[in-house]
Amino acid sequence: MIAIQTTSLTKKFRNKTAVDSLNLSIEQGELFSLLGVNGAGKTTTIKMLTCLIKPTEGDAAILGSSIVSEPQTVKKKISVSPQETAVARNLSVKENLELVAKIFGFDKKAADAKVEEMIETFRLKEVSNSKAATLSGGMQRRLSIAMALISDPQILFLDEPTLGLDVISRRELWTTIEKLKGKVTVILTTHYMEEAEALSDRIGIMAEGKLKSVGTVPQLLANTNAKTLEEAFVQLVKS
Amino acid sequence: MRAMTFASRNSKEILRDPLNIAFGLGFPLVVLFLLSAIQANIPVELFVIDNLIPGIVVFGLSFISIFSGMLIAKDRGTSFLMRLFTTPLSASDYMMGYTFPLLPIAILQMVICFIAAFFLGLEATANVLLSLLVLMPTAVLFIGIGLLAGSLFNEKQVSGICGALLTNLSAWLSGTWFDLNLVGGWFKTISYALPFAHAVDAGRAAISGNYAAILPHLWWVIGYAVVILVIAMVVFSKKMSGDQ
Repeated sequence: MIAIQTTSLTKKFRNKTAVDSLNLSIEQGELFSLLGVNGAGKTTTIKMLTCLIKPTEGDAAILGSSIVSEPQTVKKKISVSPQETAVARNLSVKENLELVAKIFGFDKKAADAKVEEMIETFRLKEVSNSKAATLSGGMQRRLSIAMALISDPQILFLDEPTLGLDVISRRELWTTIEKLKGKVTVILTTHYMEEAEALSDRIGIMAEGKLKSVGTVPQLLANTNAKTLEEAFVQLVKS
Repeated sequence: MRAMTFASRNSKEILRDPLNIAFGLGFPLVVLFLLSAIQANIPVELFVIDNLIPGIVVFGLSFISIFSGMLIAKDRGTSFLMRLFTTPLSASDYMMGYTFPLLPIAILQMVICFIAAFFLGLEATANVLLSLLVLMPTAVLFIGIGLLAGSLFNEKQVSGICGALLTNLSAWLSGTWFDLNLVGGWFKTISYALPFAHAVDAGRAAISGNYAAILPHLWWVIGYAVVILVIAMVVFSKKMSGDQ
């Protein structure tokens, strides 16, 4: 079943076309990476798909609901972990998780159970009563993703989840993301080749607002006669 | 329910910042004791506690703008609001969530100022309670100013605009530090075209039992509060779409 179907999805900011007629189909349970350099249109695409901004033209169906005409329905099915760590800094880890659970309508009992589950899954027990502001960058990012998952979303958007993290924190986060495969449809934006290669079922390469190519890593390599994903990426971006 | 959940988070954010408490409660009390000490040594009609306390309360409430402004500016500065915008929270949930936590804080601030005033000779009468009620729209006014500033400016700008400019401007133009009739002219005209002097005069009228004088001043404050809150709501919605 298709989780996301975009149809000529376009976003223009004055004279600049940030996303140009994007046509893309993503299956349920798939981990799909959008790869591109800065300004390629990845974040703008995510912002449109999560109903943060309206497309200038075109539409997208999120599990059958339009991002243009049914944004409130879409918002109940999705969750986002933004590029910048988005946590309430003066709230504890537990309180941050509770906040999101209750915003999504969980009653106290259900919220408490979900909070415990997330704390366990994301190994946050030791810091569960610490203020978010006191956590390390990697830990804050884990909390941010836990906050995105606590509502049991059918689709999870991870915008540059490992940006600015050290190697160890990045690897830890990869393990966490890999565990989501098959359970949740994950759309991940990144400009790290190795990240896209290690995690994705399929990769979409964006440049100047256009989707240059979509496929699995072997398909992308075959299409470009490249030996590495980085080589294929450079070819596609420059073409 | 969602609005209250968001409001609860906002209360915690404000109350867990020790600077908020220090400035919001400490500073007005210091000024109150200082001016009362001056009054004790060199009697000035303006600094008699009955006249002084409504001005101090209005001065204290101006700090509420810093709380609300900084909170929104901080949320906008990080991706926290962006995350919330992808949740089922509605526009009214945001506005209620940002406004509700500040009302009890404002009431608490007013009550503490009045309690301090009792120690400085303010007579405990029903008029004090009336004065507290009359000053409530001023709390809403300052919350609205904060919401507007937080929606328009970044954290640094809000701290300058609300922290320095607004607190000073509202104090000078309120007739608390000096009698506006003594300055007169354009200064008095501007002061009474703005709501701060009206807020203080309404509070003073309530304390002195001059009930007929309350409403003509209070309407100015209520009018400004409503207009600024509506503008803040519109700007918040528009600005957030623009930021995204």
